[in-house]
Amino acid sequence: MSEKMTNSCKGTANVQLMQGNEACAMGAIKAGASFFGGYPITPSTEIAEYIAREFPKLGRYFMQMEDEIASIGAMIGASMVGHKAFTATSGPGFSLMQELIGYAAVAEVPLVIINVMRFGPSTGLPTMPQSGDIMQARWGTHGDHSIIALSPSSVTEAYYMTIDAFNLAEKYRTPVVLLMDEKVGHLREGFDISNDPEPEIFDRVSAHEGKYVPFANTESGVPPFVALGQGERYHFTGLTHNEAGFYTSDAGKVSEFMQRICGKIEDHVDEIAQFELDAMDDAEIVIMAYGAVARSAHETVESLRNAGHKVGLLRLKTIWPFHTDKVRELCAGKKLVAMPEMNMGQLAVMAKAALGDMPFLPINQVDGRLIKPETIEKAILDKLAEMGGDR
Amino acid sequence: MEAVYEKYFRGNLPHIWCPGCGNGIVMSAIARALDKLGYPQDDVLFISGIGCSSRMSGYMDLNTVHTAHGRALAFATGAKVCEPRLHVFVLMGDGDAAAIGGNHFIHACRRNIDMTAIVINNSIYGMTGGQFSPLTPTGKKATTAPYGSIDRAFNLVELSRGAGATYVARADVYHAALLTNLIVEAAQHKGFSVVEAVSTCPISFGRYNDMPEPADMMMWLRDNTITVAQAAKLTDEEAADKIIIGKHFETEAVEYGEEMARLLASAKEAE
Ligand SMILES: Cc1ncc(C[n+]2csc(CCOP(=O)(O)OP(=O)(O)O)c2C)c(N)n1
Ligand code: SF4
Ligand SMILES: [Mg+2]
Repeated sequence: MSEKMTNSCKGTANVQLMQGNEACAMGAIKAGASFFGGYPITPSTEIAEYIAREFPKLGRYFMQMEDEIASIGAMIGASMVGHKAFTATSGPGFSLMQELIGYAAVAEVPLVIINVMRFGPSTGLPTMPQSGDIMQARWGTHGDHSIIALSPSSVTEAYYMTIDAFNLAEKYRTPVVLLMDEKVGHLREGFDISNDPEPEIFDRVSAHEGKYVPFANTESGVPPFVALGQGERYHFTGLTHNEAGFYTSDAGKVSEFMQRICGKIEDHVDEIAQFELDAMDDAEIVIMAYGAVARSAHETVESLRNAGHKVGLLRLKTIWPFHTDKVRELCAGKKLVAMPEMNMGQLAVMAKAALGDMPFLPINQVDGRLIKPETIEKAILDKLAEMGGDR
Repeated sequence: MEAVYEKYFRGNLPHIWCPGCGNGIVMSAIARALDKLGYPQDDVLFISGIGCSSRMSGYMDLNTVHTAHGRALAFATGAKVCEPRLHVFVLMGDGDAAAIGGNHFIHACRRNIDMTAIVINNSIYGMTGGQFSPLTPTGKKATTAPYGSIDRAFNLVELSRGAGATYVARADVYHAALLTNLIVEAAQHKGFSVVEAVSTCPISFGRYNDMPEPADMMMWLRDNTITVAQAAKLTDEEAADKIIIGKHFETEAVEYGEEMARLLASAKEAE
């Protein structure tokens, strides 16, 4: 989506005041989601409530499950029989889902998990923000696998990115996580999509030639998906399996399988990873940010520009897969790359790896408050002074 | 049996089960029950957890899902709600259903969703080599209860009934024909049905409990099972150590899928 976080409202007659969580729920409906399994948790509950109200009218299924493990289990079952399934949760619930996220990755079952991130660890600060689940989204389940995770910065983007999340899940047969900051989930701002083009909706591909091979090693790495109960009697397992879906421990087959399920995402990072560049053309200083913090960073850019600094914003819309090469390329030759994050520096680990010895300034704040534009500005100015006096 | 074997098994041998394991007897009882029920194989969804018993899903020529430890009922719930036309069977071990999956188990009973849960109760965690489960009788030995288990055991029949299941039966691998018939009845019942299949694990249970040979375990079942009708004539104390087999309970209650259909219809009408 080319939707910019800043032009969420164009001042037409159709503007509504919309909440980020509600926009996600609307996006899921638009994307064709037909099963929701969830367990209430702040700050995501508005999504479940919206879906509980709207799904029955549409003939779609909402279930409140006994916990988050049951929620993701039911979603996987629903997806296996051909439905687009999703949930909405937050830190503690996301933690409980981890085992079955790995199952969905290995059994290649499309799913969407909306994780409205709250302050952790543990019960933490339930109504306050922290981008604390960046690494949990990547590595929370055991074993090597790949994952797709996106992070919206505005209410309008929450809508379109939820649709993107479903499209990616269907296209790559994989769980996709929407990492939405509490600040975006609970944000209310103008929302008007009435003049936008219809978003593209992608459904999993079931077409195949000849005999159905459920986990075929196709060129794209993504096997066609025939729903269970449609006449192809086959087997799903979380065990490492061959192309027919049955357990194998054959070294060659295991390694081929691992390469395929990781490669089908990592090798398509160019297609998957989305960025928004703002004032980057002549920028000497880059602020790299995502989610709610990107909104503050955007203000910092304006303020520093007004003060005569050539600053640009590199907004990461896609968190995983992290596009190391693209980040390096976009930041090459810059004087400084600053990265504000509402955590102790989770994605900064990746940024540092991408940037090598380029000057890098992580700006971390973990006090349950959104990082303010002034905080970012001050950190950058202090760093510039320390680096040798450019103004 | 030949025809049933050819029809319901995938033939991808070898299987993983030890000689003398009761799992195969339960599997053949399920195949015979399916044959009697006459459901097209394409319309049967067979979902299992993790454990020796749960490997069964890989061997049966149905729509099969081998899930994660304890989670089979959660998967089955989502699938059945979305595709009510499928006949859903959920195969679990005693640890799978009553320990790690206990929460899903009681909630599946409570919802009374139309599917059949078959719990292979071999009184032990077979797959991991013989640790006690919530269905291991107190005092029995296990690798993690070398002096005998001090834990009290669940009575799965009473647990299911209390949680809201609307059909509950128990049989054992010594009485395989009864097991087949009860699975047929359970499947025909509208609502959540539970069949506990008391089974033998000579390797991980019998070995530590003076029944090292498969035949020892079979004789234990022969000598310690009584029917529901026989039990009715005994005091609770007399029946305490017996395995009571047969249909224990059947009642009618609102089924979850029908309620869901009703909800969707009324929400649409209100629009
Ligand atoms: C989350 C998780 N915890 C533990 C295990 C290890 N594990 C595998 S099977 C099993 C117990 C199986 O016992 P039961 O359910 O009675 O089945 P059986 O092997 O006896 O048929 C355990 C503890 C696991 N696979 N996953
Ligand atoms: S360990 Fe026990 S339950 Fe597992 S296959 Fe062997 S005999 Fe059967
Ligand atoms: Mg067992």
